[in-house]
Amino acid sequence: MALEAASERLASGYEMTERLRIRRKIRRQRRQKIVFTVFRLAAVINGAALLSVLVFLLFKGWRAVNWTFLTQAPYEAMTKGGILPCIVGTVLLGLGAIVIALPIGVISAIYLHEYARAGKLVRLIRLGINNLAGVPSVVFGLFGLAFFVVWAGLGVSILSGALTLAALSLPVIIASAEEALRAVPDTYREASYGLGATKAQTVFRVVLPSALPGILTGAILGLSRAAGETAPIMFTAAVFFRPDLPHSLLDPVMALPYHIYVLATAGTHIEATRPLQYGTALVLITLVLGLNLVAILYRARLRRKR
Amino acid sequence: MRKRHYSEKGLEVGFLLVALASIATLTGIMVFLFMEGLPIFKKVSIDGFFLGRFWYPTSDPPDFGILPMIVASLSVMIVSSAIAVPLGVMTAIFLAEIASTRVREMVKPVIELLAALPSVVIGFLGMIVVAPFLQEALGIPTGLNLLNASLMLALMSVPTIASISEDAIFSVPTSVKEASLALGATHWETIGRVIVPSALSGISTAVILGMSRAIGETMVVLMVAGGAAMIPTSIFDPVRPMTASIAAEMAETPFRSAHYHALFATGIVLFLITLAFNLVADYISHRFRQAGEASL
Repeated sequence: MALEAASERLASGYEMTERLRIRRKIRRQRRQKIVFTVFRLAAVINGAALLSVLVFLLFKGWRAVNWTFLTQAPYEAMTKGGILPCIVGTVLLGLGAIVIALPIGVISAIYLHEYARAGKLVRLIRLGINNLAGVPSVVFGLFGLAFFVVWAGLGVSILSGALTLAALSLPVIIASAEEALRAVPDTYREASYGLGATKAQTVFRVVLPSALPGILTGAILGLSRAAGETAPIMFTAAVFFRPDLPHSLLDPVMALPYHIYVLATAGTHIEATRPLQYGTALVLITLVLGLNLVAILYRARLRRKR
Repeated sequence: MRKRHYSEKGLEVGFLLVALASIATLTGIMVFLFMEGLPIFKKVSIDGFFLGRFWYPTSDPPDFGILPMIVASLSVMIVSSAIAVPLGVMTAIFLAEIASTRVREMVKPVIELLAALPSVVIGFLGMIVVAPFLQEALGIPTGLNLLNASLMLALMSVPTIASISEDAIFSVPTSVKEASLALGATHWETIGRVIVPSALSGISTAVILGMSRAIGETMVVLMVAGGAAMIPTSIFDPVRPMTASIAAEMAETPFRSAHYHALFATGIVLFLITLAFNLVADYISHRFRQAGEASL
């Protein structure tokens, strides 16, 4: 009798704990669902931010952008006309920066990845690259002003601006070139050594050609970074107004980012030039994001091939 | 054979010299900042410069106190990280742990494009869209203020924080995760108590780099922060961070005047702050290696 009662009580106890366990499990899973929804929302906010920037500029800017806008110089105190000198200036500055930074960046990456043995020196070089990447853009501007414009005597010019932007995009280029070198399988190098090639021959004829697409991606990213920067060129290359196209590398230029800043903040025609501001912003963003998109798609294709 | 050996060695040395370019540039930046910045201390005492509350560089006699700018830079950085850090880390966790491969392949380019948005465009939008909105919605005298600048800066540092954190979270070994799941923990419990703690050094690096980016950002604060060189008392006050002060005034400053030197000295402060941030980030990522199987 007593035994029966005891076993019954025991069974109901088991049932209780079992029920409790299930209930707790459901609660834990519900909590997970709530938290994950919040996380998903965070990711959605990023997408929404990008989308609203793009849609807004497209909506406001597309009317201003037409053939005349892209092919004429501004006139009547910059309230009329187009932005051709700014486009030319930005392209020249960006290309100049890459022409300077790409060889330096690729050779740095080759040294770090193919030649250097881990040690204090490599650690120091890497520290230098990381810290260079963290230098504020306006400080690059100050450096460019003091070093290239004044000390080297290049004046406010395309050359000064391109050199300053090259310094700024160097870390980007080194990082992506190194990633490209890392992706070349070691078997390639071993096969080349096995055929009696020297280190230099291996690097130039085997490693570099297979890393080239990745390096190119980095160059495009560096170019887009340089084209979108404003602060580094404010005191080194860009001018308020210069309707004719530059004749030499020692001429100052107008540039898209600086043009947006000037039209939106300075002068007496801020409201009147609003459409031009939207148009210029749309052109700049198309250029920069277009370059980035090319790099991203190209890299995705490379990775899939591998 | 011997000749070939020499040229090989020569090439390596040549490559090394080129690889030193980054350090040379960094050193050059320091040298020129100090060269053009230090002369200000012949005019102003060091604590008068750092602790001075008044910035009237063109008055007679001029005042060169950058305390309002330092406070402005720091407060903008803090408010923007209060928004960007949770948002960035949550996005990273979503990408690394929750999203399916297809969603991740779609969201990652979005983050990259967000990072690539030129700062002048973000500043422009902050000026003409966000500022009027804030002014109206909150009934404040100006929408160009600390809050607006922080919001725009957050937009710029979220991608930095998200992508570096995502790398860190993604590289936590699966065995660690599986062990936790096998003990009956839910996926969220595993994320919160196992995965995030083991990726903490990488996440901290991401947060520090994001903050460093926020304090060094120029165009956004130049266009949206309001530009008043006063110590802010609320987040609705207009401010003038160090970067904005340099960018706004350098163009109109007579070459090698006291004002010119004062702006370079502001640049030194900015450079040293970001350098410190980057060194700390570097130290953390090397000192506290990611927890892996070997360290368990």
